Amino acid sequence: MTTSVLFDAQGPRAKQRNILYTVAFVVVLAAVAWWVYTSLDEKHQLDWVKWEPFFTSPQPWQTYIWPGLQNTLKAAFFALLIALPLGALFGIGRLSDHRWVRMPSGVVVEFFRAIPVLILMITANAAYAEFTDLATEDRLLYAVVTGLVLYNASVLAEIVRAGILSLPYGQTDAAKAIGMRKGQTMGYVLLPQSVTAMLPAIVSQIVVIVKDTALGGAVLTFPELLASVRPMSANYGANTIACFTIIALIYIALNFALTSFASWLERRLRRGKKSTGAVVGAGPDGGIKTIGTPNLVTEDGRAT
Amino acid sequence: MFDFLEGYDLLGAFWVTVKLTVYSALGSLIWGTLLAGMRVGPVPLMRGFGTAYVNIVRNIPLTVIIVFASLGLFQTLQVELGGGGDFEVINFRLAVLALALYTAAFVCEALRSGINTVPAGQAEAARALGLSFTQVLRLVILPQAFRSVVNPLANVLIALTKNTTVAAAIGVVEAAYLMKDMIEAEAQLILISAVFAFGFVCLTLPTGLLLGWVSKKVAVKR
Repeated sequence: MTTSVLFDAQGPRAKQRNILYTVAFVVVLAAVAWWVYTSLDEKHQLDWVKWEPFFTSPQPWQTYIWPGLQNTLKAAFFALLIALPLGALFGIGRLSDHRWVRMPSGVVVEFFRAIPVLILMITANAAYAEFTDLATEDRLLYAVVTGLVLYNASVLAEIVRAGILSLPYGQTDAAKAIGMRKGQTMGYVLLPQSVTAMLPAIVSQIVVIVKDTALGGAVLTFPELLASVRPMSANYGANTIACFTIIALIYIALNFALTSFASWLERRLRRGKKSTGAVVGAGPDGGIKTIGTPNLVTEDGRAT
Repeated sequence: MFDFLEGYDLLGAFWVTVKLTVYSALGSLIWGTLLAGMRVGPVPLMRGFGTAYVNIVRNIPLTVIIVFASLGLFQTLQVELGGGGDFEVINFRLAVLALALYTAAFVCEALRSGINTVPAGQAEAARALGLSFTQVLRLVILPQAFRSVVNPLANVLIALTKNTTVAAAIGVVEAAYLMKDMIEAEAQLILISAVFAFGFVCLTLPTGLLLGWVSKKVAVKR
């Protein structure tokens, strides 16, 4: 249903009423903006001195933001690199015909999906500190990546499973009919096709990974992008608001590019004639929904 | 075996987690529904605002929003949310505010997908009866949309329960905060982690099962 069905094409009275609503909404927005402006101004957060470092010198970018961003991207990259094959393994494991493969995979996936990433990161950090002698900066990166991998591998496992389940069963039938073994069916027929269906969900999951790296900065003191706010605002005269604005804009730009790419990919795949037309869309914060095969998989990726 | 738990208010910490979850869930449900209404409404400015809000908030890490609430709102702008100088109360309320504002974006998107499951004919019929946009939405579309999105909303709620741990970053003494404390003080890493993992499984698993059952019960059969 297109949303425009909810209201009629507007006549003169409706148009007038809409103008009234618009004006009222503008007034509310303006009041909020005014409150924000005056309270910022009162605390001298809008003074040019506080914003000037970001625009006139490369120093804050070189010293704080770029190294932070590098660490964020590094952690996200390694997490994805390790979580993807691990997730594929567990996702396929859950579809196995053998109970002793299916059950443990299911337990592992459900367990790590139920636990907050932060708890996993704290545990990994403490474990590395106790059982290994990694240097501190390495340990923090390892801890953040471990936490991200454990959680995201289990979410990616569900994406892989939903992707494979989204293929029509005829594919498996056909593979069986020409005498393929189970491994061949998975490797040559199901997996290559489902990869296209999974792509948008995987790209959206990268957004979740990038966002979760910030936990490492706030709680474990991993020197990523968010962690650069404190030293930066200490150095440039308590310009907390300016620092947060810049950091937030970087996150938004980065993740918005990824989100837009994911939905472009989803639209394109859905339109494509060559694929089966099934697309695993990305759900809220790591949930999964399958589009195109409504009766096969429920909203959170569980087979019905 | 579990004597290391003595001297720690484990239940108290998990109770704070539960309170954070419930308050922010209510806040995000209200704000998210309003946002969804704006996004499908006839006023272009409100639609634009809703779209911009969702796209901006979804792409900022929750951690950034929560830390901003503490460093920016409270310590810089002295927004206390009626906490009266009591750090514990202020941090808790700031965390609820941040969690609700963040989660509302996901509630809005879930609801909007629910609105799309209602057949167009229903809205057309309602309009033909002469109902206004608000009436169509309130009496015909939203009640059905809510029933069809119980499952996605359950996922949002579970994600929110886990996200409350981020409040540890601004010193709200909930489960993750206590866990970090305990790991530093006690030499029982595996047991402590197991206890907290078990605690979260206890919180999220029943929620998922219960709401999964509810969603099957209330879903509109088409």
